[in-house]
Amino acid sequence: MSAVKNVGSRVLFAATGRNYILPAVYSRCSSVWADVPLGPPDAILGITEAFKKDKNPKRINLGVGAYRDDAGKPFILESVKKAERQMIEEGLDHEYAPISGFPAFTEASAKLALGDNSPAVAGGLNATVQGISGTGSLRIGGDFLKRFYTKSHEIYFPTPTWGNHTPIFKDAGLTIKPYRYYDPKTCGFDFNGALEDISKIPEGSIILLHACAHNPTGVDPQPEQWKEISKVVKKRKLYPFFDVAYQGFGSGCIDKDAFGLRHFIADGHTLCLAQSYAKNMGLYGERVGAFTIVCSDKKEQERVMSQLKILIRPIYSNPPIHGAHIVAKVLNQPDLRSIWLKEVKQMADRIITMRTRLRDGLKKEGSSHNWQHITDQIGMFCFTGLKPPQVERLTNEFSVYLTKDGRISVAGLSSNNVDYLASAMHQVTK
Amino acid sequence: MSAVKNVGSRVLFAATGRNYILPAVYSRCSSVWADVPLGPPDAILGITEAFKKDKNPKRINLGVGAYRDDAGKPFILESVKKAERQMIEEGLDHEYAPISGFPAFTEASAKLALGDNSPAVAGGLNATVQGISGTGSLRIGGDFLKRFYTKSHEIYFPTPTWGNHTPIFKDAGLTIKPYRYYDPKTCGFDFNGALEDISKIPEGSIILLHACAHNPTGVDPQPEQWKEISKVVKKRKLYPFFDVAYQGFGSGCIDKDAFGLRHFIADGHTLCLAQSYAKNMGLYGERVGAFTIVCSDKKEQERVMSQLKILIRPIYSNPPIHGAHIVAKVLNQPDLRSIWLKEVKQMADRIITMRTRLRDGLKKEGSSHNWQHITDQIGMFCFTGLKPPQVERLTNEFSVYLTKDGRISVAAWLFSEKTRGIVIASSSSSVCRSRRA
Repeated sequence: MSAVKNVGSRVLFAATGRNYILPAVYSRCSSVWADVPLGPPDAILGITEAFKKDKNPKRINLGVGAYRDDAGKPFILESVKKAERQMIEEGLDHEYAPISGFPAFTEASAKLALGDNSPAVAGGLNATVQGISGTGSLRIGGDFLKRFYTKSHEIYFPTPTWGNHTPIFKDAGLTIKPYRYYDPKTCGFDFNGALEDISKIPEGSIILLHACAHNPTGVDPQPEQWKEISKVVKKRKLYPFFDVAYQGFGSGCIDKDAFGLRHFIADGHTLCLAQSYAKNMGLYGERVGAFTIVCSDKKEQERVMSQLKILIRPIYSNPPIHGAHIVAKVLNQPDLRSIWLKEVKQMADRIITMRTRLRDGLKKEGSSHNWQHITDQIGMFCFTGLKPPQVERLTNEFSVYLTKDGRISVAGLSSNNVDYLASAMHQVTK
Repeated sequence: MSAVKNVGSRVLFAATGRNYILPAVYSRCSSVWADVPLGPPDAILGITEAFKKDKNPKRINLGVGAYRDDAGKPFILESVKKAERQMIEEGLDHEYAPISGFPAFTEASAKLALGDNSPAVAGGLNATVQGISGTGSLRIGGDFLKRFYTKSHEIYFPTPTWGNHTPIFKDAGLTIKPYRYYDPKTCGFDFNGALEDISKIPEGSIILLHACAHNPTGVDPQPEQWKEISKVVKKRKLYPFFDVAYQGFGSGCIDKDAFGLRHFIADGHTLCLAQSYAKNMGLYGERVGAFTIVCSDKKEQERVMSQLKILIRPIYSNPPIHGAHIVAKVLNQPDLRSIWLKEVKQMADRIITMRTRLRDGLKKEGSSHNWQHITDQIGMFCFTGLKPPQVERLTNEFSVYLTKDGRISVAAWLFSEKTRGIVIASSSSSVCRSRRA
């Protein structure tokens, strides 16, 4: 801690061992920020920070859900590279997008989620805006619901859910409540528990549903189970909010991953959804996503759009263009789209392969536990079932970085490290 | 308005003249969004929407502050192009930036505003995060002040100020109050009025200051006036929030445009600031900006940074990388930086040239009004002094699009000057003349 002395109207600042003459600043006692507490690092993104500081050559980062290829490198999709090359050739400018984003992007995005032949999209019923990846799209939704969804300010989350859902909707001003979802006994879907809890949710409440590849558990409802969930949600007149962060990444198939969402639409729900292109197009830091409210008619869509824009303008005015151009090209050009669909399947398949190898590896190590769930679960993440003390050991003794809840990013596994992980996991669980 | 009929559990939708069979949706009476009112288009961005719908070939868009070259095209800076070419050659990936943005970007950004030799930056006292251009940076600031600035939740705005300041800080939860700034009689700075009002602001309040090229008036304090303002702000123990949206765009010189801000720092204020690279690097839609809180010591900087990240993570997790890479390269590579500084000066100089031509054009049209303020004002915008009815006439009769407060984007006028500048001049003149009649 650097010493700061007041010398008349000058302050000698000895932070770096050198004296800087600073003009008089408020002494620390009266500093306006004296009461700002030191907050904890982010539970997920903070893992990467800790990982970077670790000198162990065997370190593995299984914290953030960022896809890696088999060499452990970020994977830049060919479809994305081609789109970017086109953008350079076209000499695109840097002008503002509309507040709601480029139509070429928003329309394609809505169709991706709701289906190419979606009557809602064909009828112009979707109020779709570009959002700042998944987080930004969820937050716009939360803010909008707080402002205009008068039936309820309670949103029900599956237990567990992505860590950031809580502060997103809390800061938006909604109250968070749980419904059962994950069964720790089976490491699978607590179907009966979910239906029971949902059937007791107060009428009109908002219910958050992960469209596919549930984060952090990797546990998804089967199609028949989606149908039952839809019935109960309808009965309670709940407002469904779908988080569509991994479309394509779950099963490898865009349409299969959208089954739950599209069934709800076919079943007559009005709902909203947030999409992300961070994972399924590898566009992470470009921050591309979308938020959609499905409306009853065109006039309503107009009114809702106008209010979405009024909400967005004082947050960030208009969305970042670079990633949006890429996504629009990939979705709208048949050749690029076709390449992309293959690449999404490749990524999903590699993850499934890694799941199998991890499970086999644990067996080979002689683990007596049932690791079935590793291959039953789907998507980027695996809820290992490890408890916090075991997680701590994994990190401190083996330099394996994962979140406290025992979630690992399977996408961070490769031929190089999967066996090391198997042996480390066996060590902390035997 | 499309007819929607409920037919059993199916709905026939006739919006496009075709019948779509939709599954049963809630009838309009019980729709959850039935009470959502139709809101007005954005006062500034809505101008461009209206302009695009106008079929008049003589239409001119002087609404948004977006710089245009002599051919009326968006101007892509050479320094920016070079930076982008490097990025391609390097094969940069799309991985997440840290929540607070790339250090290469945030450090360079803080130095640009506070000065390369800023002791605050050298001492690591700046808590700087990348924000989503100017708007996003202002909003982070507003949210942070609401959460942690306990002395006051009132923020004082110059009158007038950029239209979006109001909803930004309102939605952040602060109460907005005014202080005098623009003198409509002189079309200049109401120095005495400002000092008078500021000297009465309740202690500890937040005060918003435009660092340079005030938007929408183009009226800036002189250096000596900045010094006086600093004294009064200090006396009232106000918390200054600088909006640095046009650094370089005002005078053409980066340091000159930062005079007020840097004087405040030298004068001992703790303050915060929001920066934008939309205009001075032409990066508009890439959404690059930064928010900085200048702290008293390093431990405080740590605490403040931790809370900024906690604030940002549930809004958008981490900032867009593309534009940040560009800015980091331009600011940090001496050759690119040198090109950029010349280009900023070029843009500022051309705006000054256009101001002169507009003023001369009005004189030539025979206008008897005093249009001195057109060249006295600085930066991208000119506060013409036209009243809303005159603005309406300009738009409806001449297809000249500008904001209701009479603000025109001189940068956008560059192109029109060649072929249609006289139209503006004459139309402005005629509406002014008709006002007198």
